[in-house]
Amino acid sequence: MKKLSVSNLLGIKYLQLDDLHLIFETATHFKEVINRPIKKVPSLRDITIANLFFENSTRTKLSFELAEKRLSADVINFSANQSSVSKGESLVDTVNNILAMKVDMIVIRHPSPGASHFLSKKVDSCIINAGDGTHEHPSQALLDTYSLKEKLGNLQGKRIAIIGDILHSRVALSNIYALKILGAEVMLCAPKSLLPKNVDSLGVMSSLDLMEVLNWCDAVNILRVQNERMELNYFPSSREYSQNFGLNGALLKKLKKDIVILHPGPINRGVEITSDVADSDQAIILDQVENGVAIRMAIIYLLGSQLNTTKP
Amino acid sequence: MANKVLLSKKKVNVILSRLCHQLIESHGDFSNTVLIGLQPRGTILLDRLIILLEKEGIESVKSGRLDTTFFRDDFRRSKKLLNAKSTEITETLEGKDVVLIDDVLYTGRTIRAALTAIDSYGRPNLIELLILVDRRFSRHLPIQPDYLGAQIDALQGDKVKVVWSEKLSDIIVYLEKHNE
Repeated sequence: MKKLSVSNLLGIKYLQLDDLHLIFETATHFKEVINRPIKKVPSLRDITIANLFFENSTRTKLSFELAEKRLSADVINFSANQSSVSKGESLVDTVNNILAMKVDMIVIRHPSPGASHFLSKKVDSCIINAGDGTHEHPSQALLDTYSLKEKLGNLQGKRIAIIGDILHSRVALSNIYALKILGAEVMLCAPKSLLPKNVDSLGVMSSLDLMEVLNWCDAVNILRVQNERMELNYFPSSREYSQNFGLNGALLKKLKKDIVILHPGPINRGVEITSDVADSDQAIILDQVENGVAIRMAIIYLLGSQLNTTKP
Repeated sequence: MANKVLLSKKKVNVILSRLCHQLIESHGDFSNTVLIGLQPRGTILLDRLIILLEKEGIESVKSGRLDTTFFRDDFRRSKKLLNAKSTEITETLEGKDVVLIDDVLYTGRTIRAALTAIDSYGRPNLIELLILVDRRFSRHLPIQPDYLGAQIDALQGDKVKVVWSEKLSDIIVYLEKHNE
């Protein structure tokens, strides 16, 4: 019988093709569940999950919480700005205190890259990474690739472009790993200042010419400019950025085919994408959000099934 | 490992025909009835019964497929991961007469999970259970079939398998000995 090859979800880097297929297959069943009149199943009724958010989040936090509740898990929420973290408690101490209250699974978002990986070595619990700084955001990449598969079928050989703030984006890195595992070709497009220096080592192409990239790709994932992570000015102005790298209706009309448009949110309308494109039929932004709950249910269900029941 | 045939093809076909007539006897024109096959193998029995009902002149019987994986009580208790199959129930079951259909009834836990799962689609008027093979004296729960193909005795640890061929007409029930 099939099983995940990992006991924590720290990043896509640690997953294999079979894991992705298993998560997608399970998510398809959960997507049917969340479209029932009663959208809830009792599988995880004896599991408690803590959502630890050391960084702001709307979509991911709500999505994880809904997924947990629809699996009947008990949920506790934690936000760093309302906690003893501000009194100087360390991450490991905070988490060990929460685990002492008999919590089975931890969903963590943290501004430091590698935080969830560090935690998985220090504490005895199942850890799900919900975004660690500029490193990885595995559940987002899984829902992005799942949504792409729904639209494009098998991603083997498909051409996917990622446009925007690659340097600061955990979504970009996780997506690159996931797309490579699934056999897609990936091209990055961003101002040179927002491309990582070692981009070639990821096995992807990059370009500075938006039009060339749009002509090449089957689907495009538009990323937000993460002003909150920028200590320097990476480009002269938002207006200049949107003129060179923003997606608008006029550009799409010039293309010979309809490309699929993804955006992980939150959208800065008028900067990286214009409203007419974001609200068009080609954009599957709201499908991504729906699939996000199903994907997270699948992740929690599959990891939860490996938890030991006899643990005191 | 020796396999013993419990029900021959001929006998299974006679049983299916009887079950089909029993359904007609209680459900008449099936206007308020929905037949629900339990994944994975109950759905094969469902397909077979629908063909037989059509032969008896009962067309377009409403039916669905239900997967009980997420409602099972052995999640995290069995060593293997419970992998789901698809559920296809397109309309609400509110006020409907539902017949759950499965091939083998053993501990009754799948049926219990199915009774919980059915709740997600509304409150049926009544729920009945149709079973091809009942392994008697092995129930863990107070669950009994309303329509019964055959009763058999098997030791705990043995497996009772219903094998369906592509043609649906060749069916055989056999016992797989596991303790030898």
